[in-house]
Amino acid sequence: MSNSNTDHKGRSVVVVTGMGVVTSLGQGQQDNWRDLIAGKSGIRHIKRFSTEGLRTTIAGCVDFLDVDPYSAPALSIAMAESAASEAIEQADIGKKGDFPGPLFLATPPTELEWPQRREIYTEEGADSSLEGYDRLLSACRAEKHEEMQRLFQFASVGEHLADKYGTKGLPISLSTACASGGTAIQLGVEAIGRGDTDTALCVGTDGTVNLEALVRFSLLSALSTRNNPPEGAMASFSKERDGFVMAEGAACLVLESYESAKARGANILGVLAGCGEHADAFHRTRTSPDGMPMIRTISKALVDAGLKPEEIGYVNAHGTSTPENDKMEYFSLKQAFGDVMETTPISSNKSMIGHTLSAAGAVEAVFSLMTMQNGMIPPTINYNTPDPDMGKIDAVPNKAREADVSAVISNSFGFGGQNVSVVYGREPK
Amino acid sequence: MSSDDRQVWITGIGLLSSLGEGVDAHWSAVTGKNGPVIDEDSYAPYPVHPLVEVDFATQIKKRGDLRQMEPWQRIGTYSAGLAIEDAGLTGNLEMLDTMDMIVAAGSGERDADMDQKVLESTTGENANKGHSNEILKSELRPTLFLAQLSNLLAGNISIVHKVTGSSRTYMGEELAGLASIENAFNRISSGQSDLMLIGGANNAQRKDALLIFELGQNLWGDKFKSVWERDGGGLVMGSVGAFLVLESAAHAKARGAKAYAKMSAVTSGRCSRGEGEARKQLLSQFETMSGKIDKEQIGVMSGASGCGQANVEELVFLSDLDVGGYNPVMRTYGSLLGHSFEAHMPAGLALAALSLSKGEYPAPFEESENEEIAEGIPSQILVTSVGHWRGEGLALVTGVDSKEAK
Repeated sequence: MSNSNTDHKGRSVVVVTGMGVVTSLGQGQQDNWRDLIAGKSGIRHIKRFSTEGLRTTIAGCVDFLDVDPYSAPALSIAMAESAASEAIEQADIGKKGDFPGPLFLATPPTELEWPQRREIYTEEGADSSLEGYDRLLSACRAEKHEEMQRLFQFASVGEHLADKYGTKGLPISLSTACASGGTAIQLGVEAIGRGDTDTALCVGTDGTVNLEALVRFSLLSALSTRNNPPEGAMASFSKERDGFVMAEGAACLVLESYESAKARGANILGVLAGCGEHADAFHRTRTSPDGMPMIRTISKALVDAGLKPEEIGYVNAHGTSTPENDKMEYFSLKQAFGDVMETTPISSNKSMIGHTLSAAGAVEAVFSLMTMQNGMIPPTINYNTPDPDMGKIDAVPNKAREADVSAVISNSFGFGGQNVSVVYGREPK
Repeated sequence: MSSDDRQVWITGIGLLSSLGEGVDAHWSAVTGKNGPVIDEDSYAPYPVHPLVEVDFATQIKKRGDLRQMEPWQRIGTYSAGLAIEDAGLTGNLEMLDTMDMIVAAGSGERDADMDQKVLESTTGENANKGHSNEILKSELRPTLFLAQLSNLLAGNISIVHKVTGSSRTYMGEELAGLASIENAFNRISSGQSDLMLIGGANNAQRKDALLIFELGQNLWGDKFKSVWERDGGGLVMGSVGAFLVLESAAHAKARGAKAYAKMSAVTSGRCSRGEGEARKQLLSQFETMSGKIDKEQIGVMSGASGCGQANVEELVFLSDLDVGGYNPVMRTYGSLLGHSFEAHMPAGLALAALSLSKGEYPAPFEESENEEIAEGIPSQILVTSVGHWRGEGLALVTGVDSKEAK
């Protein structure tokens, strides 16, 4: 059966017809891809706030968009808009402000930040005879803070996007920590698979490089402290790796049923071949020592896609550069793939763009699809000393590589036992 | 497989609130005359519905797990455990390994003392902004961060109760509760899942949460009044954990599980809350399910918050049902439980299912003219969700045959 509208399980084939991306490397597919295959890093010393006295002073910040004053939701909205506008334009779908499907949004949890707390605390309406939250509450009773209210609800980012693009139905905001981007895509695939919609806008965005978030991850010993030079900090899969670097970014995929994409003559950029998910009940931040949840996630994705391990031409790794993730991820891949993993290229986009957290699965989806489109695998940079515990690995070290890739698996794993793998194909079978 | 097999059954309920814990305590409270439990002093001028005293260790047995959680996660993990137990699935590792979970979550408690320290030292005449780095470095606890992350309620449920099929967390206040119910209904109906755990938790007893909602002056800051008596003047928060086990009829029958009720339809939508828009949303959603409704025996479990114009419009929508020949018995559960955002609609769904399985309406939840004592036997209940800021939705729950009923 060639170019069928349904897959090996009889479900609607889901394709990608538009993509958009923003990372610390720049705005748009073109700039990002150019730097990515050149092995450039977007990690820099943080300028947004004082890092005095902190163990980690670097991040992959997106400082080139006009967001003033900075807040995580404001930047998350701006980056998501950039990515979504690019994707919708490429897909050439719907009328302006009238996207014909729902929004699935991976976005960071929202909370008031220090500049806003300070602002409220020192307002005229604040009762200075009170302390702490009592004083903050008194200021809010004295005056409505409508702008802040609109920005700091958990529904805020989704609400802004739904308004701007006219997506249909409730905007779904979700968090599965660092697997969120993958989950957003999964939800889109499922909605199209059920026949709820012909198309879906799947977005991942994260602009949370602020003081408190940095300190929090640092206290969990999750961050790299190799601050100098910043570009050298992320050392995914290598022996020197010591943690991830926080980063910002957003990406958007326009998903569509193959049938509807063909009917409107859309240009097809790739296929959502399959998804796998399995939660881990072992620990809040650590992976089951036997790797079973990750192994099952990867295996489920392969089965869902109807592909054998040898048909996967490239693994777009979660590759956070933490000692634990990279070891467990590669171990699990070897268990799920068997010996063929030793010769399957695997690289970490994060070695260049850092860990874009809630956005990572979406950002890396775009790069996975571009890998197939361009026949070029982005490298794992800063890969200088192999980790002897990993055994044989083809980490595409330091230099991009030409390759004819027709299927990619992209992994996303997060705190709270979240595991998602998505298989992308180059074209419908 | 017949379409009946894809019916969405409610086979487990876990409730924890100011009224008590578990289905029996809640049924007894909603049929009794004791009224709501309110604390008007601790967070004055804001009344809240405080959580009943509870021994969390009965559901969260490892002390190490309990220590890792702040109250909202304890409330959620505990009530999820109640729902799993109620569905007869506790310790059934094989089934829990296939159970798909959607948790509707905000985020957890902040450390109020630390926040106060930072505010005091970085504002005013002796401000030293750089000082906040030092305070945060020394005072932030890693465990508190994990207790704040939205998806870590789901993470804790996986760890404590071994639910591992899939794990997703929806955010967005009331929208999150509504979307999780709608998505679970769609996944089970379509055959994408057979067994799901959905729900949420809210801890009302925290000033940092009150602050978020007082930014837009959404709170009721006066002596307690029930929802409709507040006339859109504000919401009263309640500490609530509400989880449900949803299951395809085929799956439930195969394991001999009984149902409280089945879900017949779920609709959702959004509007910008211009005048009349929320009412229009509810009306058009209601029309899509009107063919499935029994006009005589319909009850309404309203999730009204007591806040804003949309609240008033929901009452107009409900009152107008008379005109269409419906004669609903109405109960507004926020008046008893308080408003619980992400957990609110799941709590309403739980009370609706309970009422259908008992074959009677609860006593009125408030003294307003909107709620009257009702003698009839409900056959269907419409649960409403109108978010305090955004999101409108409806869920229609129907009773099941006696041989299938709990």
